[in-house]
Amino acid sequence: MEITQLSHYQQAILLLAALIVLTSFLMLGQSRLLRLVFIFAVQGILLAVTTALAADVLDSPHLYISALLTLSLKGIFIPIMLQRLVISMGLHRDMETLKNPARVMMGGTGLVVFSYYVCLPIVKLSPLITLNTIAISMAVVLLGMLLMITRRQAVAHVVGFMSIENGLFFAAVVSTYGMPMVVELGIAFDVLVAAVLFGVFFFHIRSSIDSLDVDQLNRLNEVEK
Amino acid sequence: MAWLLALLQTLLFIASAPLLAGWLKKVKCRLQNRRSPSIIQPYRDLRKLWRKEPIVAHSASWIFKATPYIVLSTTVLTASIVPLIAVNLPTAKIADVVVLIGFFALGRFFLALAGMDIGTAFGGMGSSREMTVSSLAEPAMLMAVFTLAMSASTTNLSEAMKYVLNTGLVLRPSFVFAMLGLMLVAVAETGRIPVDNPTTHLELTMIHEAMILEYSGRHLGLIEWASQIKLMIYGVLIVNIFFPWGIAQSFSLESLGIGAMSLLLKLIGLTVLLGLSEVVLAKMRVFRVQEYLSFAYLLTLLGMLSHIILEVQH
Repeated sequence: MEITQLSHYQQAILLLAALIVLTSFLMLGQSRLLRLVFIFAVQGILLAVTTALAADVLDSPHLYISALLTLSLKGIFIPIMLQRLVISMGLHRDMETLKNPARVMMGGTGLVVFSYYVCLPIVKLSPLITLNTIAISMAVVLLGMLLMITRRQAVAHVVGFMSIENGLFFAAVVSTYGMPMVVELGIAFDVLVAAVLFGVFFFHIRSSIDSLDVDQLNRLNEVEK
Repeated sequence: MAWLLALLQTLLFIASAPLLAGWLKKVKCRLQNRRSPSIIQPYRDLRKLWRKEPIVAHSASWIFKATPYIVLSTTVLTASIVPLIAVNLPTAKIADVVVLIGFFALGRFFLALAGMDIGTAFGGMGSSREMTVSSLAEPAMLMAVFTLAMSASTTNLSEAMKYVLNTGLVLRPSFVFAMLGLMLVAVAETGRIPVDNPTTHLELTMIHEAMILEYSGRHLGLIEWASQIKLMIYGVLIVNIFFPWGIAQSFSLESLGIGAMSLLLKLIGLTVLLGLSEVVLAKMRVFRVQEYLSFAYLLTLLGMLSHIILEVQH
């Protein structure tokens, strides 16, 4: 389906999908934790808007509820919680510069191409118009993983993990008219609990190794070297 | 008739470029709570420079003296390619956007040579920096152009604008990315804040100005005029490619008038945006320019990928 044959709502979904990938790339390149959390919030809000649009286009009103859930949880609540954690731990002035930002970015683009290639057969199977965004959602998942791999800060890992969840949620919305409400509520609750638990874990990690740099965990050994 | 119109359009282009620079200055001054010079001040500056005798260093070769004329003429030729108020003009048909980038590169090549020609330290430094910036900006610009070309199936500017006009309003992710990328490239290539400061007097932070530090009088006037035209070319490119509505498709007086008015409105909007960004942002360190430009490249690359993934039939 050419984009010119779609309605403006459908085009808007595609546009927002592309912007969600852009936020994933911005997260990859961001060295300040507060800005990372802010971009994560922007991604959550974009995801909520996309879900609301998809509810309209796919004519499945229960997606409005999950859009509302996404907005309140991933757009507002979790970012604010992470922000408070970062400030209370005094990490907001830390800069974590990537060793080779250009290489990471090119790796990210490679992942986008890879997910497009992988999803090509799936897209051919179904006439659903929003389906070619499935490659985008897979790219968001892979970019979240890349974010977790390249960072050493535990907070950045949590943001990466949450953005993986964003990608999975996006895939569910655009490819299957959304998950059943029970599953969706369950996942939303899980994410909420995970966010709270991560907060507790941060304090544990910091009290045991006096830092949130997970590279230092490598030094924890049973055997003295 | 069409050729005459093309000639008139080019003349209008190069004659109104200082006006755009004056307007931009006015917007910036207003935003910074300063009193602005008159909007026609750039014309007065150019006239003043034109009357002054150019001082040329003893060690200058012919390159130094020829460069202002080469730079101005390549810029004018580039301006003639870009559809300003009408598409379908014969000048726009004989050359496409790759030629446009080539003309810019030619002008920049001679400017860099002229910067090194006298042998002062600042000239060489400016040339080296300008080449660094442009070698990073050019791939991003080409990528943006190719993204556009993949949708419109042409690299010809006039044809591409007609394509966008004919398809109507389509929210293309690739165009959004290409436009953002092209805006970043335009800021870098025309030497505006945050990449370079065109009004700076601090030699160590100069990029473009360091190259032309040795120029004076008529030569300086020609180069200033050329850079004003260049700013206008980028502005017109951005507004006319991505928002071509209103541009004249026939050569009747009425549609040409509408074309001119809509272009005026679009350019006013764009300069207000540029003025705002210049007031809000601070000039960045020279070593961070490559990060900025690699972001521009990433944007345009994402534009191309989103065109392939989201916009075409599989």
